[in-house]
Amino acid sequence: MLTSPEALIAILGMALVTFAVKAGGLLLANRLPREGFAASWLRHIPGAVMASLVAPALVTGSAAEAIAAAVTGVVFFATRNLLAAMAAGVLTVFLARMALGV
Amino acid sequence: MRPNHSPAIDSGMSIANAPITTFSDQFYAGARACIPVIISVAAYGVVWGVLARGAGLSVLEVILMSGLVFAGSAQFVALDLWSPIPSALPIGPLILAALIVNLRYLLLTATLRPLFGPHEQAKGALIMGIVSDETWAMTVAEMAKGRGTVAFLLGGGVLAYTCWMATTVAGHLLGSFIDDPTRYGLDFAFTATFLALLLGLWKGKSDLIPWLVAAVVAVISAKLIPGSWYILIGGIVGSLAGAVAERLRHAD
Repeated sequence: MLTSPEALIAILGMALVTFAVKAGGLLLANRLPREGFAASWLRHIPGAVMASLVAPALVTGSAAEAIAAAVTGVVFFATRNLLAAMAAGVLTVFLARMALGV
Repeated sequence: MRPNHSPAIDSGMSIANAPITTFSDQFYAGARACIPVIISVAAYGVVWGVLARGAGLSVLEVILMSGLVFAGSAQFVALDLWSPIPSALPIGPLILAALIVNLRYLLLTATLRPLFGPHEQAKGALIMGIVSDETWAMTVAEMAKGRGTVAFLLGGGVLAYTCWMATTVAGHLLGSFIDDPTRYGLDFAFTATFLALLLGLWKGKSDLIPWLVAAVVAVISAKLIPGSWYILIGGIVGSLAGAVAERLRHAD
């Protein structure tokens, strides 16, 4: 399977809105709020979206996932390295599932 | 030796005395300056490629999405929504999620306006396609020193783009060596990656309220509403809560 019309439409749509926002920032440069409510709302979007992605997965996971999440966080703060944090999380969940038998 | 100038005069002097650099000098300077941040782009690229294969994207879809969308966080969010079955692919939510996650670029690219002359709007708008968080940060730092050019931005941008394409495809190929992801705990790679991405965004206490509100709203809406709408609902409510909290703090 190479791709489908649905996937092509989705990717082209994503590309179009992404380019529109990037180009729009430059074109509207003199009219955009630099501070205030709208600016701080825009700044908080990426973190809030990421938190929304992670939270349900963590809440519905078993003890193994909870332990692995804690290890992922500690390793990320210690190394600031995404790959290391992910590898530590995966290894921990693998070991914890064996140990806890889940 | 020059006597001490006031900062304003000094920066004026250094611009006047700066050697006239060519486009290619600036291009390579931009690429060189971005090498440290490109290493992290490469790491994210490999991880995204591996996860993309797990989410059911073909190698062609990886090339198309990395090449045309070229926005790391939006591409990560897309993986959570993606379905390998075309009829089940949530086209609307995918496009809406990309728009919302990328809205912040409005603020980022607006700061690059001084790089372009008054009649270079169209050219500038086209070049913005290659801007990413990393190359934006390096270019703005360069502009703050009174330097920074379109060629500098392009040097970093072309390097980041090439690297993102290469590493996401490499990650996808790497993923083919893993047959059953659950057996090795690799189903957790997704959660672990997003958790690390989230922690990397931490800038200070003002992030606590939006993140907590987003998390609680997402957990509740995931239970109540079918599909992946909880990502957008949590993201919008959480970021609004962050803006409201900031407004209240400043009102004191």
